[in-house]
Amino acid sequence: MNKKDLISIMDYSKEDYLRIMDMAADFEENPNQTLLEGKVVASLFFEPSTRTRLSFETAISRMGGRIVGFSDSGSSSVSKGETLHDTIRMVSQYADLIVMRHPLEGSARYAAEVSSVPVINAGDGANQHPTQTLLDMYSILKTQKTFDNLNIFMVGDLRYGRTVHSLLMALSQFENPIFNFIAPEELQMPEEYKIYLREKGIRFFEHREFTDIISEADIVYMTRVQKERFSDPMEYEKVKNVYILKNSMLKHTKPNMRILHPLPRVNEIATDVDQNEKAYYFQQARNGVFAREAIISHALNLK
Amino acid sequence: MKEHKKKLKLKVSAISEGTVIDHIPSESLFDVISILELDKTRNMITFGANLDSGKLTNKAIIKVSNQFFENDDINRIALIAPHAKLNIIRDYEVVEKKVVEVPDRVIGIVKCFNPKCITNSEPITTSFSVISKQPITLKCKYCEKITHEKQMVIR
Repeated sequence: MNKKDLISIMDYSKEDYLRIMDMAADFEENPNQTLLEGKVVASLFFEPSTRTRLSFETAISRMGGRIVGFSDSGSSSVSKGETLHDTIRMVSQYADLIVMRHPLEGSARYAAEVSSVPVINAGDGANQHPTQTLLDMYSILKTQKTFDNLNIFMVGDLRYGRTVHSLLMALSQFENPIFNFIAPEELQMPEEYKIYLREKGIRFFEHREFTDIISEADIVYMTRVQKERFSDPMEYEKVKNVYILKNSMLKHTKPNMRILHPLPRVNEIATDVDQNEKAYYFQQARNGVFAREAIISHALNLK
Repeated sequence: MKEHKKKLKLKVSAISEGTVIDHIPSESLFDVISILELDKTRNMITFGANLDSGKLTNKAIIKVSNQFFENDDINRIALIAPHAKLNIIRDYEVVEKKVVEVPDRVIGIVKCFNPKCITNSEPITTSFSVISKQPITLKCKYCEKITHEKQMVIR
């Protein structure tokens, strides 16, 4: 069977990315397209994620689909000890599409193997969150008009931040990107991604200091240092306040430069940045609905 | 000493038809038996562990009568017995010698090193792509994390 699951960002080709971008632009122009009429989408959130769930459920609603599911595992049969295998086997007989968030890594790939209907990964632990990457890409394309020759700065938790890893992999498929990584020693970009970039001959630079080097940037991608990723709370305390973006730092940046953040932010972007036209993170979240409408259309061949 | 070796030969006697798997690290003997499902076979098996060998100070050997292995099966033991050698015996003669080779994919056998991987919480057969054979480096199909040779645990 050739189901169009979306589990990992690398499941999609460059052509798939561009097709999703086109469709997302179309949904942005006209968000209410009843392509899901008569269809049921299962929204299975084994751990709570309000932002991602509401974005998906808004996308499904705007497309005229019905939603079944749960928003955390406490209110599902998991609390009775049902395996993921059995939950997915059952749900795939009810619904036309499964959107799943799960705390364990690899759970989405496994669910796709078990399910007879397409599965869209809405985050599997620290592993993958491909719909976030596609909405990040849509935000980049909207603000930069291209994926080629971009200078991308990634700041904060580059070690555990899955969004930066997936974005790096996706943008590496395009022409001549340059990456700049700004992170403390403990939260550096993992070696495997640097090896990947070297093998592809893509330029990247690593920095410890968050200074006026961002004047070169087309995109500054900020991330939150997530407490839950640390086994040692002392380590978290050491690095949580290291990099904070302030409005004064934006003075000499390029006019086309935009600041992205997957949200929620804590304090890594000072609130005085919000008024700057280069702050793009709230529009970015809005783009998530259009990107997810496009992803659903792609998974179910609706367009 | 000579007498000792003679006695040993008697214990692990020659076979007329079958496979001799030599140069297994002694500590991996029972894992090899289990991976090749020799614990389920009805064929005669003799094995010895903690034997002297030029290469391994502490090797094990398995002799299985009337049983021959496909390369794919035999390569499954490469992860724990990378220097194992197989002698194919017909009528008491070695007719073919084989060495094991680390396969491109490892299905089952190894546990994923990532404690948060779904394969460690549900009964799922693990599956890895081998991204390096020396030293062995495995990438989990599910969680996409790397398990290094030093971290490998046999399931």
